[in-house]
Amino acid sequence: MSTITEAPGSHAGVDPVHPPTSTGLTNEKVAMWAFLGSECLLFGALISTYLLFKGQSLPGTIRPKDVFDIPYTSVSSFVLLMSSLTMVLALAAIQRGDHRLTRIWLLTTALLGASFVAGQCYEFTVFVREGMNLRVNLFSSSFFVLTGFHGAHVTIGVLMLLSLHNLSMRGKLPSSKAETVELVGLYWHFVDVVWIVIFTLIYLIP
Amino acid sequence: MAIVTPQRPEALAPEQTPSAPSRFLRRPTNTGVYGLWGWMTTVDHKKIGIMYSVTAFLFFLVGGMEALLLRIQLGSPDNTFLRADTYNQVFTMHGTTMIFLVIMPLSAGLANYLLPIMIGARDVAFPRINALGYWVFLAGGLFMYSSFFLGGAPNGGWFGYVPLTRNLPGHNIDFWVFGLQILGIASLTGAINLIVTVINMRAPGMSLMRMPIFVWMSLVAQFLLLFAIPVITVALFLLGFDRLFATNFFNVAAGSDPLLWQHLFWMFGHPEVYILILPAMGIVSEILPVFSRKPLFGYQVMVFSGIAIGFMGWGVWAHHMFATGLGPVAVSAFSASTMFIAVPTGVKIFNWISTMWKGKLSFPTPMLFAIGFVTMFTIGGLSGVTHGVVPADTQQTDTYYIVAHFHYVLFGGSMFGLFGGIYYWYPKFAGRLLDERLGKIHFWLMLLGFNLTFGPFHILGLQGMPRRIYTYPSGRGWDVWNLVSTIGSFVIALSILTFIINVIKNRKPQDVGDDPWDARTLEWTIPSPPPEYNFKEIPLVTSRDELWHRKYTEDENGRSVRRVVEAPASASTDIEPAADGEHSDEHGDEHAGDHAEEHEPHIHMPSPSYWPLLTALAMPVICYGMIYKTWAVAILGGLMEFGCLFAWALEPATAPEDLPQHEEHEAVPVS
Ligand code: HEM
Ligand SMILES: [Cu+2]
Repeated sequence: MSTITEAPGSHAGVDPVHPPTSTGLTNEKVAMWAFLGSECLLFGALISTYLLFKGQSLPGTIRPKDVFDIPYTSVSSFVLLMSSLTMVLALAAIQRGDHRLTRIWLLTTALLGASFVAGQCYEFTVFVREGMNLRVNLFSSSFFVLTGFHGAHVTIGVLMLLSLHNLSMRGKLPSSKAETVELVGLYWHFVDVVWIVIFTLIYLIP
Repeated sequence: MAIVTPQRPEALAPEQTPSAPSRFLRRPTNTGVYGLWGWMTTVDHKKIGIMYSVTAFLFFLVGGMEALLLRIQLGSPDNTFLRADTYNQVFTMHGTTMIFLVIMPLSAGLANYLLPIMIGARDVAFPRINALGYWVFLAGGLFMYSSFFLGGAPNGGWFGYVPLTRNLPGHNIDFWVFGLQILGIASLTGAINLIVTVINMRAPGMSLMRMPIFVWMSLVAQFLLLFAIPVITVALFLLGFDRLFATNFFNVAAGSDPLLWQHLFWMFGHPEVYILILPAMGIVSEILPVFSRKPLFGYQVMVFSGIAIGFMGWGVWAHHMFATGLGPVAVSAFSASTMFIAVPTGVKIFNWISTMWKGKLSFPTPMLFAIGFVTMFTIGGLSGVTHGVVPADTQQTDTYYIVAHFHYVLFGGSMFGLFGGIYYWYPKFAGRLLDERLGKIHFWLMLLGFNLTFGPFHILGLQGMPRRIYTYPSGRGWDVWNLVSTIGSFVIALSILTFIINVIKNRKPQDVGDDPWDARTLEWTIPSPPPEYNFKEIPLVTSRDELWHRKYTEDENGRSVRRVVEAPASASTDIEPAADGEHSDEHGDEHAGDHAEEHEPHIHMPSPSYWPLLTALAMPVICYGMIYKTWAVAILGGLMEFGCLFAWALEPATAPEDLPQHEEHEAVPVS
């Protein structure tokens, strides 16, 4: 339509970066919120399954208190929490137009996330050495599936962060695209919050 | 200014777009993809809507054949037409097909086609994700059906109760688990896309309370999908892990509680039944006002009862489990909530009746189906309320009485509503009307066959005939009613045949005009079939039932009279839109309208893409690999998936070739 013949900016009052939508939010952002809403029920169902089953394992089989190493997991939880902070810093940096800092913080976030996942893998191997695997009892099945699901989410987040870093390296992540960082950030914070819930309900509360 | 890509964020300069890797994978552009290839790469919501609907209808025929097999087997006592094992496969696939491969995608198809047009948009929010949804649905359906050739179809019922489904040998159940998992992805992506479309892409002036009721009901259904799908995803994951890796989730020997499955399944399952009925309710609420020549009675009440159903639908799931020993408190609570959810449903029924009350009724085929919906659905709703009465339900549960209930709501409700919608919008989709005489034959045969088939189920159920049995002995008073039902099922088949003949016979182009029914909503302001960009100018909406108000006004006595001059689309621009700051654009449009033809080719739409199709194709590969534990295949599928998604993310929504010069381009969506 007539758009073509008009000079850019002739959309009176229309900011080309935040084009008009009925809500003023971009489609991508609304979609991300909807997706995260859906994810809440995914983790809700998994966590309920764990809570329902953790006390029902057959007597004499492995129990949470036999394997959990709270100090160790506290450290890795702290690492993940810190990654939310660096994520915020990355977003602030790109919004300021500081691309070097953006890349630094993106990479830091990805590394913190990756350390969390590595820590989880290590924790899993320790558990397996102590005689706990997917099939030992109800506790082991539901523990591995719940935390494994979460770990997979973190891994996907790390991949997205690395892709952003890569885009930025190639100059394809201008400040006008800060929202992409914001969206990945939303996902990242969500995964963090889920971990806080998991850590509290599964590790801390006996 | 006409907004061409208003919803898309900013620019990616053409130089930056990755060049196509090879000739084979060269991106199709908007100009010059026709035929099969055009359909396979399309991102046009109308084409996708048609593909959804046609595919769903083909699955409907398959599911219908299965139903006929079941009815032949049950037509007489001690029948040996089907073996028990075959019967189990057929009845499982019948239920799974009708729910997941027919009613859901048919509703999705109509929503896909109509929602953007009804809210005055040119496309959905995420055209490629939209295409992905269709291809994933197709892949999931074909994957599940491939089981018939690979050792046997799923045989644990559409509800898949554990521990049976955990322990059944063979890969039958695996196909069910993984197939539903794939279909879930289709539903979830579709839900997000449609939700964002309706929330964010409404034309100026199209406030929420001006949206057509079909848009509203579909929106509620999509929200239900958004929150219900993850619950069944988890249930299926647990079951899948049990079957593949021998975990203990449903292993009773390890102390598991198999009721967990029922809780998760019905926490999905009850919202699911509203996912199946709400779009049909919306369709009927569109049809009744048009053929009663009155506005919908109590629009607000209709909207809020739909939302209320959406919320309350989450609090009744355990009514499917009254006989499992939940304890008196839980049972009483769920009984009460079940009674309560019938209230908004009943409100809707009264609103439909009031819409027709004192209207100038006419009875073309869509109207007949709408009235059929209201009456048959009411019967189904009433038997539903009797299930809510716990002492009665303990008698009814697991009998044919339940089967009667859900066929009255699903066939008498959803399918009648969807057929009404097909007849109603067919002229918009195809540019020609379906034959009225054949349509009426279809309706009356279907109504007759439907009641012959499912009416007797009430009696059979109350006489104690259990559901899910493959045969029964003579002499229990079940023989006659079963025979009647079997005869009825063939009458339904005949009615569907009439429909097919109607579609096939009516291929002559007709001039139906934009608005053959003298209807009320925006889709009737544009040509039939609509151009790819739907609206030459984005309409400005000033009232609910926008088209009606453009055509009619009220005289001193409050009667509606036709406006003297047909109001053109932009006639109402002097009225400020209610809910949007976009009107400055619209004033530009008035000029644009004068030279509309001239501008037409410049309306640029998102370009076709291979990636949705390829991304969807990778999913069954992963699942075959998992089922047969050939990890190499699964990993290969995973890599394929990953590669496709990556290529997709790097592909701009509009190919540079499809962009006019110095035009805004679209960003690479993160999705
Ligand atoms: C007035 C509203 C409704 C009420 C009170 C109601 C109540 C019930 C109850 C209590 C049951 C469980 C019976 C049992 O297994 O013992 C049931 C089953 C069922 N209902 Fe409804 N229902 C209503 C509307 C609907 C609608 C609108 C649909 C779908 C469009 C639907 C689909 C089903 C299905 C498919 C089942 C059987 C599930 C199975 O066991 O396979 N119902 N209903
Ligand atoms: Cu229910």
